Amino acid sequence: MRLSYPADVKIIQVPCTGRVDILHLLNAIEDGADGVYVAGCLEGECHYLAGNLKARKKVEYVKRTLTEIGIEPERVEMYNLSSAQGARFAEIANEMVEKIKGLGPTPVKSNTAA
Amino acid sequence: MSELKSGSNLEKVLNAGHFAFTGECGPPKGANVTHLKEKLNHLKGKVDAVNMTDNQTAVVRMSSLAGSVLMIEEGLEPNFQMVCRDRNRLAMMSDILGAYALGIRNMLCLSGDHQTFGNHPDAKNVHDIDSMQLISMVKKMRDEGKFLNDEDIDVPPKMFIGAACNPFADPYEYRVYRLANKIEAGADFIQTQCIFNMDKFRDFMKKVVDMGLHEKCYILAGVTPMKNAGMANFMSKFVPGMDIPDSLVKRLKSVDKKDQSEEGIKFALEQVEEFKEMEGVAGVHMMAIEWEHMVPEIAERAGVLPRPVV
Amino acid sequence: MIVADRKSLKEILAMVEDDKKILIAGCKGCVTVCNTGGLKEVEILASSMKIARKKQGNDIDIDINVLERQCDTEYVAGIKDTVEDYDSVISLACGVGPQFLSEMYKDQTFYPGVNTTFFGGATEHGVWEERCAGCGTCGIHNFGGLCPIARCAKSLMNGPCGGSSNGVCEVNKDIECIWDSIVRKKMDAGKIEDLMGVKGIKNWKTARDGGPRKSIREELVQGNI
Ligand code: SF4
Ligand code: SF4
Repeated sequence: MRLSYPADVKIIQVPCTGRVDILHLLNAIEDGADGVYVAGCLEGECHYLAGNLKARKKVEYVKRTLTEIGIEPERVEMYNLSSAQGARFAEIANEMVEKIKGLGPTPVKSNTAA
Repeated sequence: MSELKSGSNLEKVLNAGHFAFTGECGPPKGANVTHLKEKLNHLKGKVDAVNMTDNQTAVVRMSSLAGSVLMIEEGLEPNFQMVCRDRNRLAMMSDILGAYALGIRNMLCLSGDHQTFGNHPDAKNVHDIDSMQLISMVKKMRDEGKFLNDEDIDVPPKMFIGAACNPFADPYEYRVYRLANKIEAGADFIQTQCIFNMDKFRDFMKKVVDMGLHEKCYILAGVTPMKNAGMANFMSKFVPGMDIPDSLVKRLKSVDKKDQSEEGIKFALEQVEEFKEMEGVAGVHMMAIEWEHMVPEIAERAGVLPRPVV
Repeated sequence: MIVADRKSLKEILAMVEDDKKILIAGCKGCVTVCNTGGLKEVEILASSMKIARKKQGNDIDIDINVLERQCDTEYVAGIKDTVEDYDSVISLACGVGPQFLSEMYKDQTFYPGVNTTFFGGATEHGVWEERCAGCGTCGIHNFGGLCPIARCAKSLMNGPCGGSSNGVCEVNKDIECIWDSIVRKKMDAGKIEDLMGVKGIKNWKTARDGGPRKSIREELVQGNI
């Protein structure tokens, strides 16, 4: 089965979503990403017990921060899927890209940098 | 009959062995003296003393000291309430002296509801001393003629010292000991929280009598007539430390809405009847909240009129 | 430890609204332990602020520095060479930090980035609770080792008040009635007599009421030898 996901998505692999930090998400937004999402294992199926649950909480923290700044919190999301769900992975990627397209480009643009 | 501590009417009534009947009145949310006097007039001749509440439920009202003095002008005897929430020891002692100078002879020492319940929840609370310590402070001022710092008082305030007791708060098993502490601190009389759960109160009074506390102090049972089932619901949900049994709510609901107030009064009257006979109970404190005009009828039907003149 | 909560981004952003280059100073003491002002939180704040300012089209230059402790002049002195390079400094230490900084660097403006709340500890991961109010005369051994000054909403020395219900304080159901716990502990231990009698009136002079306090340990004061 060949799956394609949009080229707009840049994938960063981590051993477990528990490794994802608030700072990673913030830095992505800070550096101009239009959106960031974390694709973790299904809840209850984390190899490290609660990595994906922790990741969700971090995503929620970042959503709150963005809301406070006046940026759409939907630019940051958490998805859960199992490693066997390749099709779902592609689907999520498309879904996220569509959503971000709907929101338009990030309002986080440097005014000094070239 | 023992020697009088303050010579207040309430003290004399209790000291003479009569079944006391006290009332309660909240000062106005403003300086509306006319309204206050109207409320007080309903109580005239129907009760031995009237509690003047002190920023009750932490809602700002005319000061209980001023309200008490206005009450004296109307020919009633105040029971001046003082909470520890709003005053430090300096303000308390000076108000006690002022109260005495203006003719006040009874006071009720309370912790006070927390300010978050009231209309100024952002206020700083004081609690320099607590209600137990307030009782002992008033006693010291009266019996030793001394301020807290042991300086002499030039004409000490001779107060009849009251305290509150809530047998329905937790931990229940400790409540009787806390009452004992208040009596040891110097309480001459106790007014209990509104009683609705009679089973629990009977049990409590048995403990009180077993410990002989009723012989050291006069205990007035708190009664509040329910105006309707809605009031019962509200009190059970929102007033801290209230124990309102379902059976009472059911009883109120079992009658037509328009008859609920009569049902509430009937329950209160049954309570008064039982308290008259209950060992250790020296009287009733009738808290007819914003229902002062009903007190004459309630007192009449409770058979506590005329009030003794001592 | 001293527990603090970070101020809202909005409040912090408003403080430095007109500034272009700032320093966020963290502290490796209590605020690191309570996850409010350590390296991680400093970085998060810096990134969040940069995002916000970029969005406004008004970039801000932020440096970060996490001091060993901001409540020690020795460590506060560590930033003396750079502190004047900034339009202002946000301190994520407890209320002591920005004061020590302000006292040492009189020409710089230091903003408190946190609200310092209480002395307490973590009862579970992510939850801190108050335990002490720093009254200056500790007497918790009289109360079964539980402090009614800090933990009773009315600081009662002779509780529990009439609002105590099911172990919960009348103020709200998320607050434990510490007097309920004190009484139960004593009753379970068969030591009810410890709670008989009136606990004396407290001397608040040793608390904040007596004015700002100072501790002097003669043997440590330099120049006394
Ligand atoms: S008694 Fe005073 S010093 Fe001791 S824990 Fe309580 S507030 Fe702190
Ligand atoms: S309910 Fe308990 S903790 Fe709350 S004010 Fe009363 S005694 Fe203190």
